[in-house]
Amino acid sequence: MTTIPQGDRRISAETNDLSRLEAIASRIRNRVFEHVLANDGGYLSQAMSSADIFAALYGTVLKLGPVTGDTLPGDFSGVPGPANPHYRSGGRFNGERSAEGDVFLFSPAHYALVLYAALIEVGRLDSAALGEFNVDGSTMEMIGAEHSPGVETTTGSLAQALSQACGIALARKMRAESGRTWVFMSDGEFQEGQTWEALAFASFHGLSGLRAVVDANGQQCDGPMVDVCNVEPLKQRIEAFGCRAVEVDGHDIAALVSAMNDPVEVPLVVVARTNPAHTLPVSKEHAPGHYLRFKSPDERARYEAFYTDRMVTI
Amino acid sequence: MELVSRPHVDNFIEWSRSRPEVLVLSADLTNSCEVGAWRDTFPERFVTAGMAEQNMLGVAAGLAREGFVPFVHTFAVFIYRRAYDQLAMSIAYPNLKVRLVGFLPGIVTPGGVTHQAIEDIAIMRATPNMTVVETGDATEVESVLDAIEHVDGPVYVRMLRGEIPRLFPVDEPMQLGQSRLLSEGDDVTVITAGIATEEAMRAATALSAAGVGVTHVHVNTHKPFGDEILDDAIRRARHGVITLENHVVTGGLGSAVSEYVTDRGIGTRVMRLGLIDTYAHGASKPYLMHEYGLDALALTRAVETLTNTTLGIDQSDLAEIRLDAVHSAAKAEAL
Repeated sequence: MTTIPQGDRRISAETNDLSRLEAIASRIRNRVFEHVLANDGGYLSQAMSSADIFAALYGTVLKLGPVTGDTLPGDFSGVPGPANPHYRSGGRFNGERSAEGDVFLFSPAHYALVLYAALIEVGRLDSAALGEFNVDGSTMEMIGAEHSPGVETTTGSLAQALSQACGIALARKMRAESGRTWVFMSDGEFQEGQTWEALAFASFHGLSGLRAVVDANGQQCDGPMVDVCNVEPLKQRIEAFGCRAVEVDGHDIAALVSAMNDPVEVPLVVVARTNPAHTLPVSKEHAPGHYLRFKSPDERARYEAFYTDRMVTI
Repeated sequence: MELVSRPHVDNFIEWSRSRPEVLVLSADLTNSCEVGAWRDTFPERFVTAGMAEQNMLGVAAGLAREGFVPFVHTFAVFIYRRAYDQLAMSIAYPNLKVRLVGFLPGIVTPGGVTHQAIEDIAIMRATPNMTVVETGDATEVESVLDAIEHVDGPVYVRMLRGEIPRLFPVDEPMQLGQSRLLSEGDDVTVITAGIATEEAMRAATALSAAGVGVTHVHVNTHKPFGDEILDDAIRRARHGVITLENHVVTGGLGSAVSEYVTDRGIGTRVMRLGLIDTYAHGASKPYLMHEYGLDALALTRAVETLTNTTLGIDQSDLAEIRLDAVHSAAKAEAL
């Protein structure tokens, strides 16, 4: 039985107040929920599992510069290449880079709606942007691309961000920069061999500035990860690769913040244990799947009722 | 003909001295890719990735995003076969300045099917944003770094190692997108790249002696493809064009020439010599070149087919031919 440390409820003034972060998480969930209803489906469970992680990251942990340029997503301006001088990276929503500041890579690109909602809640993205979600010609793509707000690497093919983060962290180590290099990941990515190659590399090269945060919701396309191809025990496996793994309740924001700020001098992986049905009135076992498609008018009505109830509660 | 031993070793070290942004990434094939001395000269710029190419390409992407210029050195097969998704998504899509230096092109190695890069040009040509070059002799190995230096995007270098003939004079370095005109004649145009060029030079000498006018063009830039020398050479051939490549005939040089011809409606036949939809196996380079029809003899036979003549050139005629470094006929004309 794994013990899950409790976060410091007396979260300090420096790391901001807990209620503000909890409110961010709650609003992220509501925005995504509202959007899933309006679009007759979507990646709802990812918002339920990861909203607290995003609130911790964007709400207090990440040291990011202000957004460069306006906070509107802008239209798709073509793919990167020698023939396209107009290309704009979505990384600008994470702000101007500095030696002391952080870099944030977003790995599971299908969490894009959660990321967009988080950017809106911390004032990095205009709330009108959600109206362009999955609209032809918009950068607000369903699976986040390099031009999508908050995204700066191509990671829709899973498990590629951690290696890129290793390269960035290595470059920053060579330049003796103090800023950290973060990756938000999903636990499904630990089925890919590349993730383990990257952890071995990070550990061997002493990339102490590298920090991954994993939404361990135990769920993937085909169903529960334990039935598809188990990757547990994640903490022990990661530590066997020479990295530090901290396991926390992924819905305890104070615990998340303190785990993310662990002063450890080796690559850190925060394994956030989450529930894909968190804040929904259904059990974890009956959580909406990888991608929620309403199978019947009844199911849709049930989710509409969930939504109405939570708005009344708020 | 001069044989140069391991020209990449010292050339790359000297070239890197004034370029602190240059890094080398290696996946446990450091000496095999002739960067052992480079590692010992610039240990702080050498990144050992272990046998983990997918991660190595991602690391290269991250380093390139930070302003370094990573030179990945490994066997070509491990770049484009083992880690293609990473190559395409982490490096090529964002158009990052990563140099992918792939060794053991085609059948130059007795290492067999696992080590022989026979479809790399096809795959790299099909990859958007990728520039694709191939070295054909010692002079090109020594000058390819300069030739690609200003390409602000990924470049795949099909590299030679070990004992390499010098076919082109030192004062005629490789230039991106600039083919070399090695001989002129109006009957047949032969277009080659990489190690196939030496074979074709041998054949061209014998063909010329037999009275066949051969225009021979050496290509070192597969993508972007096409230049004035190539265009003229293709259009002047009375009987048609023959391509010879150390690669499958699908997607490589023969395909590029065929596409060039069809795109422009040039009414000429293109015969493609190379590996015909087959893998090879572990054996010596001369043995495999003969077995798969990549040698000078195969080329003379193709000329016979194209011109509908019998020339009576045999293996012993070709073996006796002595090759000297040839100045590009085009450059001589331009001067």
